[in-house]
Amino acid sequence: MKSLTTRLAVGIAAALLVSSMAFAQTLRWARSGDSLTLDPHAQNEGPTHTLAHQIYEPLLHRDMAGQITPALATSWKALDDNPNVWRFQLRKGVTFHDGATMTADDVVYSFERAMKPTSAMKELLTSVKEIRKVDDYTVDFETNGPNPLLINNLTNLFVMDSDWAEKNGASNPQDVAAGETTFASQNTNGTGAFMLVSRTPDQKTVLKANPNYWGKGEFPLQVSEIIYTPIQSAATRVAALLSGEVDFIQDVPVQDLKRVSGQSGLKVVTAAQNRVIFFGMNVGDSDIESDNVSGKNPFADIRVRKAMNMAINRDAIKKVVMREQASPTNVIMPPFVNGWNQQLDAVPANDVATAKKMMQEAGYSDGFSVTLNCPNDRYINDEAICQAAVGMLGQIGIKVNLDAKPKAQHFPLIKNKTTDFYMLGWGVPTFDSHYIFNFLVHTTTENRGSWNGTRYSNPALDTKIVALESETDLDKRNGIIADIWRQVQADQIYLPIHNQVLNWGMKDNVQFDVQPEDQPHFKYLTFN
Amino acid sequence: MNGERGAWQRFLASDFFYDFKRSPVTLVSFVIVVTLILLAILADLVAPTNPFDPASLNLMNGFTPPMEPNAFTGETFLFGTDDQGRDLLSAIIYGLRVSLFVGLTAVILAMVLGVSLGLLAGYRGGWIDSLIMRIADIQMTFPSILIAVLIFGVARGLLPPDLRDELAISVLIIAIGLSEWVPFARTVRGTTMVEKEKEYVQAARLIGLGSGQIMLRHILPNVLSPVLVIATITLALAIIAEATLSFLGVGAPPTEPSLGTLIRIGQDFLFSGEWWILLFPSVTLLALALSVNLLGDWLRDTLNPRLK
Repeated sequence: MKSLTTRLAVGIAAALLVSSMAFAQTLRWARSGDSLTLDPHAQNEGPTHTLAHQIYEPLLHRDMAGQITPALATSWKALDDNPNVWRFQLRKGVTFHDGATMTADDVVYSFERAMKPTSAMKELLTSVKEIRKVDDYTVDFETNGPNPLLINNLTNLFVMDSDWAEKNGASNPQDVAAGETTFASQNTNGTGAFMLVSRTPDQKTVLKANPNYWGKGEFPLQVSEIIYTPIQSAATRVAALLSGEVDFIQDVPVQDLKRVSGQSGLKVVTAAQNRVIFFGMNVGDSDIESDNVSGKNPFADIRVRKAMNMAINRDAIKKVVMREQASPTNVIMPPFVNGWNQQLDAVPANDVATAKKMMQEAGYSDGFSVTLNCPNDRYINDEAICQAAVGMLGQIGIKVNLDAKPKAQHFPLIKNKTTDFYMLGWGVPTFDSHYIFNFLVHTTTENRGSWNGTRYSNPALDTKIVALESETDLDKRNGIIADIWRQVQADQIYLPIHNQVLNWGMKDNVQFDVQPEDQPHFKYLTFN
Repeated sequence: MNGERGAWQRFLASDFFYDFKRSPVTLVSFVIVVTLILLAILADLVAPTNPFDPASLNLMNGFTPPMEPNAFTGETFLFGTDDQGRDLLSAIIYGLRVSLFVGLTAVILAMVLGVSLGLLAGYRGGWIDSLIMRIADIQMTFPSILIAVLIFGVARGLLPPDLRDELAISVLIIAIGLSEWVPFARTVRGTTMVEKEKEYVQAARLIGLGSGQIMLRHILPNVLSPVLVIATITLALAIIAEATLSFLGVGAPPTEPSLGTLIRIGQDFLFSGEWWILLFPSVTLLALALSVNLLGDWLRDTLNPRLK
């Protein structure tokens, strides 16, 4: 009798446990690197935005198919009588995680914050002259000239609570390059589907579902808790997925695709990513410190740059390092972007003999040595690509010392312009060339060119880049874009490598499409 | 009979050599260690390619399985190649050189430091003894690998970035050397305390020799045999410490891989079926560390009269 009672009790307990598990679905998520900060305007970086997108929301965002979808704004249009003004209707009944109501004041505050000097997002708003509150749920964006593509720029611009930010001394975005930490870089108060529970940077971040989320009924919202663990080592990350320790990894190492998709209970979902990987060189300074040539800068010589571009065997990188999971390119623009064409994309022949001859003509027949800075936890096989480049450049006499570091130490080198040769990857959330130009080609000024680590400065191009922001005739605009690309290609300020392919690995019961920007929005995820 | 020949024959007739001959395990270990050391010294002559010269690598050779022709280039490699197309056999031989060099120099550093401090502590006694031994006690409470990581991290932080790769090996040696001196100091201190009460030391003191001379000339030779044993065992530890540090990514740079770096690289391909990248460097490290350790054990047993 007693044993029967015990068995019943155990049975009931087990049943309760199983049923509670069915309702409360925890998603254990891993990828190679962590978000760099919780401040929504301090870093313009993919993984940082990924975490921010769960907690904060923009006016509009790109959904899992990459389509622009309303978020905190319900509708938007340019005013009929004034094409310089875009009017946004805000969603009513949205509250921040601390209970405060989201109104036009918060939106204006957040955008003004995103335009401040320490913001990493300011290049996206260079065409904006002023943001005005019309009433509690209407906001006007006035641009310097008619900007038909403004809304494309707003997908990663998050709205925060003005009172909360003011109260906690977070009115300015955290200055990451200066090593600052602020209240808003460690705490959050957004409107998103998930709320921050705890966070230890580079170790573990826990989020739970927001019980008052406005999107109830609109989105699946099946995830009740997210446990995010950055796992840098490829083998450890895969082992975690294979052993069932995590449910979803965002970057299955290319060497393990077969193993993961071959294991029952797991699957790999693949799609081309809107991200290009390339090297940048200091082409602007007259002398650089990281080389062994005194008195001049070898990268300033176009022949050296052209020779380097020829020495890189993109096909070998694709076949061996990336195991076919990449598409080699000769332009720092993924095919998703307006302005792309096959001619720009076509990869030059890998021709070591000609490259050597060009080095000779440039006066570097004995080569030179230089340091290459490379991240080791950001892009797919980033360090292995850099190592391969070391060998390829070695063949034309350039002795490259590789310095590979985690992205948290690597990116400030580019922002602070303390590297002369570096690897960078660029995703294009606006799907338009202007985004690339404004960040990577425009001369570094107060609000433009912040990721242009090349020191390249071409005033004629700068004028054209700014002109793009107010050109309403799309054919003419595309003409200017083509012009700018012609110059960028001719000057060879970057050495493009390839566009990445995304491989998301997950348990069979997880239903999740690959987002082309590598931005999973977990409110869309379903279990079956 | 001439002197040199006599010494050699005396060696052949000694108990030491007799023990050595009688122990097959020791013989095998000795052959392995000598072979590996010779390979490391003669790396430039023995290795088919120079793996430290990135310009000589062909990426298309990457991931070639052992003894099978590469699908693109048709080249064949005895041990296969790694992810960058490096011939693994050459990489192992050169890696062995890095590992052995770091291990040996680290042990010499630890030995010089430990023996001097041990002699000083044992001979002088008093507060010097207390100070040195308390530092040793404190250091003993931390795992030595942790101390090595700490020293390595601090040193790297202090160095200018462009010197880091060049000095990585020196920093590694200092880090391991400083983390392994304690056993030397403890043993030498103990033996010194016994020796300094013996008549020959008293006699030396009576004829007016300085303490430095007594320590170096009279006591040191009598404490050396345990030091030799510890040095051999520490060598195995140092080789493993170097491999551990490099495996953790804080040691030798990937462009000049040691055995530990090679194992770290190989680890990434554990699940994907490219077993040789991990297996061959690991087996080499295992053979080296095990053989040195076995030699050390044998040496300890042989030199300890109580175990006879």
